[in-house]
Amino acid sequence: MNTSTFKGGIHLPGYKEGTEGLPIVPASIPDKVYLPIAQHIGAPCLPLVEVGDEVKKGQKIAAGKGFVTAPIHASVSGRVVAIEKKQHPGGNFVNCIVIENNGQEEWADTVKPHLQPGDLSAEEIRNIIFEAGIVGLGGAAFPAHVKYAPVEGKKADCIILNGVECEPYITADHRLMVEKAERIVAGLRYILKGTNCEQGIIAIEENKPDAIALLKKVVAADKHIRVQALQVKYPQGSEKHLIYACTQREVPVGGLPLDVGVIVNNVGTAVAIADAVEFGIPLIERVVTLSGNGIKNPANYLVRIGTLFSHLIAESGGYTGEIEKIIAGGLMMGKAVYTANIPVIKGSSGIVILKKTESKKEREYNCVRCGKCIEACPLFLEPTTLVKLAKRGLWEETAQNNVLSCIECGSCVYVCPAQIPLVQYIRRAKQAINVAKAKARAKAKSEGGKE
Amino acid sequence: MGIDNQDNLLIVSSSPHLHGENTVSTAMRDVLLALIPALIASLYFFGLAAAKVVLTCVLVAILSEVLAQKIMKREVTVDDSSAVVTGLLLAFCLPATIPWWMAAVGAMVAIIIGKQMFGGLGNNIFNPALVGRAVLVASWPVAMTSWVTPLDGVTTATPLGMLKQGLAAEQLPSLGQLFLGNVGGSLGETCAVALLLGAIYLLYKGHIDWRTPVSYLGTVFLLTAIVGAFKGAGLWYPLYHLLTGGLILGAFFMATDWVTSPLTKKGKLIFGLGCGFLTVLIRLQGGYPEGVCYSILLMNMVTPLIDRYTKPRVFGGVSKNA
Repeated sequence: MNTSTFKGGIHLPGYKEGTEGLPIVPASIPDKVYLPIAQHIGAPCLPLVEVGDEVKKGQKIAAGKGFVTAPIHASVSGRVVAIEKKQHPGGNFVNCIVIENNGQEEWADTVKPHLQPGDLSAEEIRNIIFEAGIVGLGGAAFPAHVKYAPVEGKKADCIILNGVECEPYITADHRLMVEKAERIVAGLRYILKGTNCEQGIIAIEENKPDAIALLKKVVAADKHIRVQALQVKYPQGSEKHLIYACTQREVPVGGLPLDVGVIVNNVGTAVAIADAVEFGIPLIERVVTLSGNGIKNPANYLVRIGTLFSHLIAESGGYTGEIEKIIAGGLMMGKAVYTANIPVIKGSSGIVILKKTESKKEREYNCVRCGKCIEACPLFLEPTTLVKLAKRGLWEETAQNNVLSCIECGSCVYVCPAQIPLVQYIRRAKQAINVAKAKARAKAKSEGGKE
Repeated sequence: MGIDNQDNLLIVSSSPHLHGENTVSTAMRDVLLALIPALIASLYFFGLAAAKVVLTCVLVAILSEVLAQKIMKREVTVDDSSAVVTGLLLAFCLPATIPWWMAAVGAMVAIIIGKQMFGGLGNNIFNPALVGRAVLVASWPVAMTSWVTPLDGVTTATPLGMLKQGLAAEQLPSLGQLFLGNVGGSLGETCAVALLLGAIYLLYKGHIDWRTPVSYLGTVFLLTAIVGAFKGAGLWYPLYHLLTGGLILGAFFMATDWVTSPLTKKGKLIFGLGCGFLTVLIRLQGGYPEGVCYSILLMNMVTPLIDRYTKPRVFGGVSKNA
């Protein structure tokens, strides 16, 4: 098999056996859904409804100003009972529209199929995607229509669908590829049309041979789309590394995929786009893997956005015992949250529950300069050097050493024998630099205003 | 217990939430494991004398580490086994006949001056074991260069010493003897086959990078081959240089020391190259017959400089060296 990959990276245990063979099952629809007004990168939305309003499934209930935003739709039909600050998977408190489910499952009038989807123009397709509130479902939740919008002087020639799923435990995309291969390809065709692109690539790691074989069969007759098998290596699913593995193009430092003529989307996003373009259905549900050694019955669920983690955990039979962590996302890049009372949002690809471990926590040693972090870093940074600078608060020096290029994949921490939480220090440095930048901008703005 | 965890405090540490098996302690234990074949060989060849030196060095190294960390009010980290590694490596580059108290002084210097005074493991600039050895050579040159033959313990010179004296090839120990270690020399350095066995294990485990020993040994081989060609000695001459003295021990177990060698792959190649060049220079032109110890210490000194000029090019960035 013709496979490619990138330089650096690490080999991780997959832990996917628990769920990779389990079909996606619809989770029961909860009595209440909690829809945060910020589920995407960009401007948060403002509610379009008030407490007491009746809403229908698929009705737009919040929208943001500007271009980089994505509207939010009711995922159940019922009554708005509250608009209040609630815990968000991101860790902070965010305004949530709480809808009490009336069980009617009534669709809003706005949800109408497009009878001739083949006749839609590129702009119409992009507008449908925007109106459907579709964001990147791989985790970053970047509004999809923004990626597709034409940019002066830059032309994408290739769309890559990301079916890599390199995070341990998570199998949502794998199941989607096996069960909805046709829908994925349909979505990809709409993306190609919406961006006036010629070439589509569906990239999948070699550890999902069933998905590779199936998608190859589906696209066999299409000369514009090919399936690219990739070596199993973490972080193969990182946008920059996926582009390099598929096209040997390097996204420049501080640049975007479009700078090298590529747009990357998750396979789940393609399915959501197919549903929006053909049936007019906005993004109100997604596939979530609930797994980990702390959950009784791991599963791949089709979940309404706004369903609480605790609801899914109960559906899976609860915990196996005392648990240590609930991770929103995967083991490597997910966020450890402090409560199960947070909703599934558009970017939630998985929930991993870890049980309490008996082994004592190893101490953090001094850096022993083994250089393993440098070998592992897929961005060819020197994590240990960055951390030594960050520990001394030398933010400018960390910037000179390209700390902002770090994608926080955690490969360096995984291999570090001194058990240094390198990513934590690097995040601190990035935050300090971004704060300094914002201050400088604000200062320049206020001085400019005086003149 | 409820699902919402009101009574169960969750850990909210920074990602990643998964860690590999390797720690500093397990790596040090692997190094010790890798040194066992050479230890057995030294006990076989030099008997009780070797055991005495090894025990002294290891025990004093451990005690010095505990004492130094207590005095400096630091956390005592002796359980990471790095002091044991230092003690053992130091013993390996001492003659079996050295008085025990000299060995003890060497171990104290190695740990206290070579390691703890710089801030402990990870902060030392020089390989601690080699610091100990260098101080002993400077302080007691006679004791440090009195060698005995293996098994029977008759006074002898090392093969490198004989080579320096200008003995003809027929009068020197054979390459086979060198490979097995049946020659005079420091107690852990003579048996090439035992050292290589340990080295293969460390390479397999990924604790050492092949670049350092390959560029080190390659440079020594190449330079001595050129010199040998001028002498008309042929292939025998460079092979002799590879197998004698502390070269195998140094190239695989000391030049590869994480803390005191460069961080990057390119840096490791340069480091080995420099060690090889200096070793040949000292062996052929210097006052000592052997140069491994000093060449590694000298290269330790330029490690920060090598690091500075071998920074990797960031992904998506332009090469600074181009």
